[in-house]
Parts: sequence; structure tokens; C-alpha cells
Amino acid sequence: MVKLYIDNKEINVPEGTTILDAAKANQISIPHLCYLKDLNEIGACRICVVEIEGINRLVTACNNVVDEGMVIYTNSPKVREARRINVELILSQHNANCATCVRSGNCSLQDIANDLGILDVRYKKELPHEKWPTDFPLIRDYEKCIKCMRCIQVCDKIQDLQIWDIANTGSRTNVNVSRNRKIEESDCALCGQCITDCPVGALRERDDVQKAFDALADKDKITIVQLAPAVRAAWGEHLGVSREFATVKRLVAALRKMGFDYIFDTNFAADLTIMEEASEFLEKLKNKENEKFPMFTSCCPGWIRFAKTQYPDMVDQLSSAKSPQQMFGAISKSYYAKLLDVDPSRIFNISIMPCVAKKYEAEVPILKDAGAGQDVDLVLTTREVQRMIRAENIVLEALEEEEFDMPLGVSSGAAVIFGVTGGVMEAALRTAYYFVTGENPDPDAFKDVRGREGWREAVFDLAGTKLKVAVASGLGNARRLIEALRKGKVKYDFVEIMACPGGCAGGGGQPIEDGKELAGVRGEVLYGLDRLSDIRFSHENPSIIKCYEEFLQKPLSHRSHKLLHTDHHVW
Amino acid sequence: MSRLRMITRDKAQATVEDLYKDLERRIVASPPGLCPVDLASSFLKMCHAQTCGKCVPCRIGLGQLENLMEDVLNGEATLKTIDLIERTARSIYNTADCAIGYEAANMVLKGVKGFRDDFEEHILRDRCTFGLYQPVPCVSLCPAGVDVPGYIALVSEGRYEDAIRLIRKDNPLPAVCALICEHPCETRCRRNMIDDSINIRGLKRFAVENAGKVPPEKRAPSTGKKVAIVGGGPSGLSAAYYLSLMGHDVEIFEQRKKLGGMLRYGIPSYRLPREVLDEEIDVILSTGVKVHLDTKVGKDISLRDIKEKFDAVYIAIGAQSDKKIGLEGQDAAGIISAVEMLRQIGDDEYPDFTGKSIVVIGGGNVAMDVARSAVRLGAEKVSIVYRRRKADMTAMKEEVEGAIAEGCEIFDLSVPGKIETDENGHVKALWIKPQIVGPIKEDRPIPVDSGKDSIRIECDLLITAIGQGIESKDFEKDGIPVKEGVIDAFDWSGVRDVPGFFAGGDCVSGPATVIRAIAAGKVAAANIDEYLGYHHVIKTDVKIPEPRLADRLPCGRVNMKERVASERIKDFELVEIGMSYDEAMQESRRCLRCDHFGFGVFKGGRKETW
Repeated sequence: MVKLYIDNKEINVPEGTTILDAAKANQISIPHLCYLKDLNEIGACRICVVEIEGINRLVTACNNVVDEGMVIYTNSPKVREARRINVELILSQHNANCATCVRSGNCSLQDIANDLGILDVRYKKELPHEKWPTDFPLIRDYEKCIKCMRCIQVCDKIQDLQIWDIANTGSRTNVNVSRNRKIEESDCALCGQCITDCPVGALRERDDVQKAFDALADKDKITIVQLAPAVRAAWGEHLGVSREFATVKRLVAALRKMGFDYIFDTNFAADLTIMEEASEFLEKLKNKENEKFPMFTSCCPGWIRFAKTQYPDMVDQLSSAKSPQQMFGAISKSYYAKLLDVDPSRIFNISIMPCVAKKYEAEVPILKDAGAGQDVDLVLTTREVQRMIRAENIVLEALEEEEFDMPLGVSSGAAVIFGVTGGVMEAALRTAYYFVTGENPDPDAFKDVRGREGWREAVFDLAGTKLKVAVASGLGNARRLIEALRKGKVKYDFVEIMACPGGCAGGGGQPIEDGKELAGVRGEVLYGLDRLSDIRFSHENPSIIKCYEEFLQKPLSHRSHKLLHTDHHVW
Repeated sequence: MSRLRMITRDKAQATVEDLYKDLERRIVASPPGLCPVDLASSFLKMCHAQTCGKCVPCRIGLGQLENLMEDVLNGEATLKTIDLIERTARSIYNTADCAIGYEAANMVLKGVKGFRDDFEEHILRDRCTFGLYQPVPCVSLCPAGVDVPGYIALVSEGRYEDAIRLIRKDNPLPAVCALICEHPCETRCRRNMIDDSINIRGLKRFAVENAGKVPPEKRAPSTGKKVAIVGGGPSGLSAAYYLSLMGHDVEIFEQRKKLGGMLRYGIPSYRLPREVLDEEIDVILSTGVKVHLDTKVGKDISLRDIKEKFDAVYIAIGAQSDKKIGLEGQDAAGIISAVEMLRQIGDDEYPDFTGKSIVVIGGGNVAMDVARSAVRLGAEKVSIVYRRRKADMTAMKEEVEGAIAEGCEIFDLSVPGKIETDENGHVKALWIKPQIVGPIKEDRPIPVDSGKDSIRIECDLLITAIGQGIESKDFEKDGIPVKEGVIDAFDWSGVRDVPGFFAGGDCVSGPATVIRAIAAGKVAAANIDEYLGYHHVIKTDVKIPEPRLADRLPCGRVNMKERVASERIKDFELVEIGMSYDEAMQESRRCLRCDHFGFGVFKGGRKETW
């Protein structure tokens, strides 16, 4: 242990503790901006500087460790002056039009500047001018970037894709797409993790809110909403209601209030995905000699983009099943249009996703198998839906719970766990077991695939066949897993990969809370919903059974192939 | 009223003079990878501040050039702007009245020629091709990439053994380098911005001297693969060490009686004591390396035989042959090459030069080595003849100073003209032609004949030290490609078009430094390992201390001291005196820890494995 004094308070902390952590553990708050624990400890913003007795210059608290007998002041006159000037300097190169910023009210720079009471910046404004393609699903605003380097770090260290880097040197140093590439030419997976870690509004998803309102205004359009599993675990964050209050049924109520015609659940399509993907996997198992293993899940478009750019020779191993979003789009513009007896081209499909890559997926030109325009017309992230709720002035506290519409609003507990890492695998195994044995397993029989580690594996017995499966979340973990596979160090039959750490619960389109990783808490919500669900198996979803009876016939049927599967070599 | 007055400096001017010095030191410590256009533009701004304001081209032109350069940097220029920059600079060069103007313009012209690509990148894509990827100057300038801030921090905490283990991760010859490395790591040390570079080599020596015997790292499980190394010099030994740690069976083929190459047969023991070298080699061999001494590849064993018996071969034969001076009578008795003499000493056969007059031709480290050895061998008079100025010598400054202190006379600006022999055909004197210093070509002024009469230097022995060549003939016959006298190998050490063969060190680069040879051995080890189908990782578990938090106040650099000349010329014992404990502590604490403070903490600050 090391004894030291911070702001005249005696403090004892273990050796190697940073000044910031030592202070925090003793209820002394030191403002910081660029720092992100374990990821970005580079002391770039110089906001967390403190004064140490005996040292003339100030020292950053985030990345320097305490020493025996240190006497530290976090608010000395010297610190006050320096901290304020550094914030002003950052503001002099930051487009602080907060009123029109997506992060206003949830911006670390705004917080710090407000806390310090900075009402006036004494320096000349200098904003960089660079162009960014505004139709790309991920938007960088150079005028807002404060060069904290977090986006570079998360893409390097967590996602291992190295999309961002420092560009230029000297006064023109900037953060930009690495290796002088354009973003469209880069291998960006669109996971959106950089957005989640951005402390200001320099990174965001393309805002499509107005398109949703335009669709609502168009009398000819039948607006259909699908809600992804992980959205329900996060949509109430920052809206002033508790996680317990912000149920999916209240989100349904809010959306109905906005005027959407039908509100359905992507979970229905997740059940459909399981029917198709489990069947596909079992078919492959039957033909083991001629098939390449492992088979990889295909519901995460971030992972799909990653696989296609990083390991193009492995595309054959991706399940041909579309993601639940795209299955839903195709089914709603075919089966459901028939049920409604309307021209499917009047249907305008809006999906609400915890994801940025879904925006890209919906726009893939060939994904229009229902024959009525793109199967999914618009994708909104959880954050965009939150903005719509605010724009509509909906008083959440007054909302009563409302049910999804029928029949595409019915789903199983197996579907809701799609939103958490390992969930797709677990759901698929539940149904695969049934397909093989004709009996349901214990619904929690495959819970060994759950967990927080980025790369997990488990072995199950599927009616005498030993199955080795693995689950990875975060693209860095995905890369490690694939590299191990390619070197022959590991062997699996079935692998689930999600681009975002923790799965969709930690998706790049989810609400942002600076410095907090909420995938775990949200994931627990989803597991709770599964546990409480009346239906725990995809194949027992009555709407699914009916959809096959009336329309699709059986998994992997000709119609299923046309609507629910895709050729990954084409896109 | 006084007719004349003394010029006195006011406070402002004195401060400016001080700032000039700050700036000079700052430029020395400039890291690689900065945007050249940005730098050129900044230099131009300073040049413009120097203008007296009398003449148009300088007063106005430099400012307009600055504006144009800024347009380029701000993405507000077209390709025509480069043309205008060039024309304007040319015009300023042609018309400015004094050097303040025309040399500033010349700098811009050099830039437009030297990094035109980057100008275009800024204009066409609004980006720079450069990037700051080498944030720790000492590490990036060390060819072997040794973790300098890491081991300096360990020294400052008294963890000498860990310091040695950390160095060995990238360089298996720390004791050798502690004494004779040319320390490129020190050239752009950021500490220059405050006072002076850190004495890195001196601190390494302190670590070596205080660490005791440090066993090598653990060897990986045996792979059963066999690697032959041709040449037991620094490059071969380095490759052997790492390949052996990786679990490969390594055998070194060395043509001489002992290992060490130029470390033994080129560097006299007063700079690198034999026992230090032997101890260091023993550590490397203790990892399980086998050695075949007195075995010349191409004579005692053919390259073909080696190829059959081994899975990979590393050729590191160095540069062993001497170059002739090209004068009539160069083969006369009493004329020997430096290589020959040092080789003899390397095998502990010390010739007796008592009472002899000796002339050494050359201005490199080898010339100083033979001259200073000759003094120790009893020579009465040692003269060093060099065609350029003393300041242009390629030998390290301390070597030249050492030679002078030990009584060697330097005849600089003197070109050997004629060899005079006696009736027995033995050298009797060297006639030298005095030169004057001439124009600068490729950074060095060339000597020009002064037209004065030749001077006669009487001598009993003439030693030539004008460079070395590579004995590549035997290898060329066996199919190893040779280009311009050196083995044709890639920068990853693979020999062109000959799979399984790797080459590095002096035999590829031409005569260079020990640390470059070591680096080549390290590169070869990594790529041989990959070639053999492995990916062994070299690392260490040494934990680097957290940096000290303290103000970095200006403090003088501890320079190495030497034994007094009159004493040291009596023996071949080590000349240099190591740092004291107090000196080492003070010096190690001067380190700015660029791995933690600055860009290094973000990217590229520490490479823990390779």
C-alpha cells in the first residue's frame, strides 16, 4: 500500500494505482476527457492535470501512478488556470453549436465546460474543413473531433480493424481514415463502436429520423415497424425512466402514439432465423465430408462485412440464412402483405436496431427478394428512436403498456436472447436438439455458451453427436478465433460471431454513456425476458408454425430459399 | 562625445541568442516522420523574420512563398501553385542581394525537388504522406530497436540484471555494445531540447558492469530444424542466439581460430577487452549453439554440403578483405593492411614495433585502431595520413582525439603520392601531396591539389586502412548472387532467388557498424523462423518501472572519462572508465521517458515482442 495525500486528505491505495483511480476511490472527482479506462490512457486532453508538491509542472492523473508520501492538489490555482485554458483551447477547435448537436446533453466536453463555468472562449476559432460522404451510415464531423484518439484505440485494440488513424502532423494533425483511404474504400465493418466511445458528437450514425417522419406523413404508405431484441433493453436510458419501467410494451405504446401502423417484433424473425439456420446446420452435419466447418452465424452485418473483407475465402462457411431484420423485411412484404391483402409496395418497413451496420445491410441492392423495393426501407438506431420520442414530446411516465400487433409480434424467449452474445447459438441449439430428437431439451441446457469473455467455447451432445461450438463477440476476438482456426489450433462445428463486444446489447447504435460499458446489464435484461417467457423454443412460436403452414411450407423450402436466404458471394 | 563605442548586448538580444541555442538543440531532436511541407513552411517563416527588409525579393517574396505554402497545406492550392512556388523561389534565388534571401529560396527549391510527392498529396487529396510512427527517438534510431527508455529506467532503479535481460530481447551483445557501439540512439535524443542527449552507451556499460553473470532466456522446445550460420561475427552470433532460443539447432561455421569476427579481429582490446567478448559469446553458446572453428566454407566444407545437412543457412561473412591504395610499390615489404595487423592481434600475436616509424593511411575508425595499437606496440612515431580535413574523418570523434592524445600525428589534407623503397624493396618513406579544401560534394568537401611540393614522411612500416571488401567469390561460384561486390539479399535478409538462404551484416550492407550487424542477425532469425514454418515470439517478462514524476531541469551530460594517455599507451587494457554510481543515477534520471510522455504512450512507444 502507498500512503499519500490528495486535497489534504490522507489516502491509502495499492502500489501502481493511478492518481485518478486513487482520487476516485476516495470520492475525489478529477475531471477528465480523453481518458477511457484500459483503452485510452494517453493523457492527450490534459484536463485531468493535478499539482504535486515538489514538482513545478502539472501531471496528468489518468496515466501516472501514485508514490509514497505524494501530496496532490486537484484544484490548486495553478490547476484551475491550466484546466480552464486547456478546455478553452479544445473549444477553440470544436464546433460548439451545441443546440444542433446530437450529443448535446450527453457530451463530456459540454459537461466539463459547463462545470467549469466557461462562458467565453478567449481564443480565435479554428475549425478544420474536410469533407465526409453524408450518405455513409457512419458520419464523422471533423469540426467536432477533439482528437482524443479513442476511436483509433477502440478500432485498433478491441475491433482490430485499424480504420482510424492520425493523419498529418504538426498543427494539422487530425483523426481520419487510416492509410489515406476514403471511408467507403476502407474495411470499416460499421460496428459503430467508435461512435459509442466518442466523448463528443464527432462520430454518429447517419440520421434518418426525418425519413421516418416523412413516411408517417405519406398517407399511401403502410408503415411497419420491427423492433430488434436488444433495443428493448436500452431504449429508456437517458430518457428519465428506470430500466424496469422502460419495458418493450411501453416502447410499443410510444411508437403507436407516433402513428406507425403496425408494430412488430424482430424476435418473430429471429425465431424464423433459428428454424432456417438450425435446419441448414443439421443438413450440413449430415453431409459432413463435403461441407466446410465450422458454419458461422450470419445475423450480424458488422461481422459479415468483416468476414468478407478480412477472410474472403471463408465466405462459403457463413450461414446462408439472412439476418432477422432482412427475413422480417421479406416476410412482411410477402406473407404479411397477403394477410393484409394489400399491394406490398405500399408497405414501408422501418426497423429499429441497436446497430449502425444494419443501415448498410438494408441498402444492399440485392436484398429486395419480396419484389417490392428494398425489403427493409429504413433503419433507425436505438438512439434515433430516442430522439423521435423526445421530438414527439411523449411523456413516458404516462405511457401504459401495449401489445405488439399480430401475428408478427409473437416470439419466443429463444429469440429475445439474440440480442446478447451467445444467444443465437443457444437458441439454435435448443431447436436443433428438437429437430434431431423430436423432444425439447431443458431450455437452459445450452447455457454454457453464456458469459462475458470475448471468446468462449463449449461441447454439447446432440443425440449422440458431439458438437463443438464457439462464440465470440468483438471483432478482435473474432479475428483471434479465426486465426486459431486457420492455424489448426482449434476446431469447431458451429460458431456465433457478433461484431460488438457483448453482442447487440452493446451495439454501436445503442444509447451512449461515456465511460460505461452497459452490454452486461442489458444482456441480463434479455436473459430475464427469456426466463419469464411462456415460449422458450423458436419452433414452438405459434405464429412461426402458422407461417410455415400457410406460406413457407417447411424450413429450407423453395420459398424459404427465395425469401430467407442469400448468396453471400454476391454482396 | 565619444568617437567610438563598445557594442554591448542588451537583455533582449541576449535572450534571443539564448533562444537560437534552444532552437538549434530542438532541431537536433526533431523526430522523423514530420510533414516536410509544414516544416519547410515553418523554416521559411523564420527565414523571413531574418530579412533586413531592404530588398524586394526577400522582404516580400519570402512572405508570398509562405502564403503559397500555407495554401498547399490548407488544401487551397492547385498543381499550378507548385509551379508558382518554384518560379518565385527561383526568382528570389536569382535576385536576392544577400544569403538571407537567396539561401532561404534555395531551401524552398530543395523542398520542391525533394518532396514534390508530398506537395501533390496535399494539393490533390488534402492529406500528408508522412506520419509520426517512430515516437521514441532512441528506439527508432537503434537499428536493433533496443528498448532504451526501458533499460535506462531499470538502471535508475538499480535493476541491472533486468536491464541486461531487456536489452537481450533485441540485442544479444549488450556488453560489446556497452563499449563500442556507435550509439545512433543518442543522435536525436529529445533531451537535447533541454540540454544534451543522454549518455545511453555509458548507462548500458554501467548496467553490464553491475549485473553480474546474467543467464540467457529459456530455450523453446526443440523443433528439430537445423540452421547453419556461416561466420561467427556479431551478425552470425546474434542470429544464432535467437534461433537457438526459438528451439532450432544452430551450428556456426567460423574460418578463424575464435568466434567474434571483427569484434575480435578488428577491434583492439583496449576498446573491447577479450574477456568481455568471450563472456558474452559464452552466454550465446550456452543456449546450445554448436561451433566449427577453423572451418572455411568453400574450402573445408562446401556450401552444397551445408545446404544438404541444414534446413536453412545464414550467411554473415562480414567484410574481411582489404582494399589496396593503388600506388606503385604497394606490394613492397613493410606495407601491410590494417585488417592483416588487427587479425594478428586478434589471435594474441602482438608484433613488436619498438622504435619504428609508422604511417597509417586512412581516416576511419580502423585507421585509428591501428594507429593507437601501433603506439601500444612500441612505435616511436605514428603518423596518420588522410586526404580530407581532420573534421571530415569518418572515425568517431573520441577515437581521433584518443589517437592524438596518445601521440599520433595527423597529416590531414594529404594524399599519398609515392611510395619510396630501399634497395631491399622495403618501404622507406611515403610521399604525400598537400591539398587544399575544395567544394562540397555529397555533404563533404573534396580535397583539391594545392600545387605545393610533396612532403616526405619516413617510415619503417606503412599500414593501409582505407576500407574493406567482401570475400564473396566462393559463394558466387556456389550460386549466391553478388551485386556490386556484396551479397544480393533483401531487407528481410532472404538471398535473392535462393530459397532457404539468408544473408546479412557487412557482407550485404558493406562495412558498417556492429549494431547494424546485430540488427541484421535479428531480422534473419525472425525470417528464418518463419521460413521453417514457425512463429516463435521473442519477449521478456521484465516489467518496466513507472516513470518518475519530476521536473526535468537542465543538467549536464555525464561524458565518459579515459585513463590518462601516458598510462594507457603502455598496455592494451581498456581505455575508457565506466560511470560511477552517482554519475549513473544522475544520468539515468535525465531520461525523459519518451515511451510514456508524448506520442509513445499512444502508439509505437514499446514493442514488447517480435
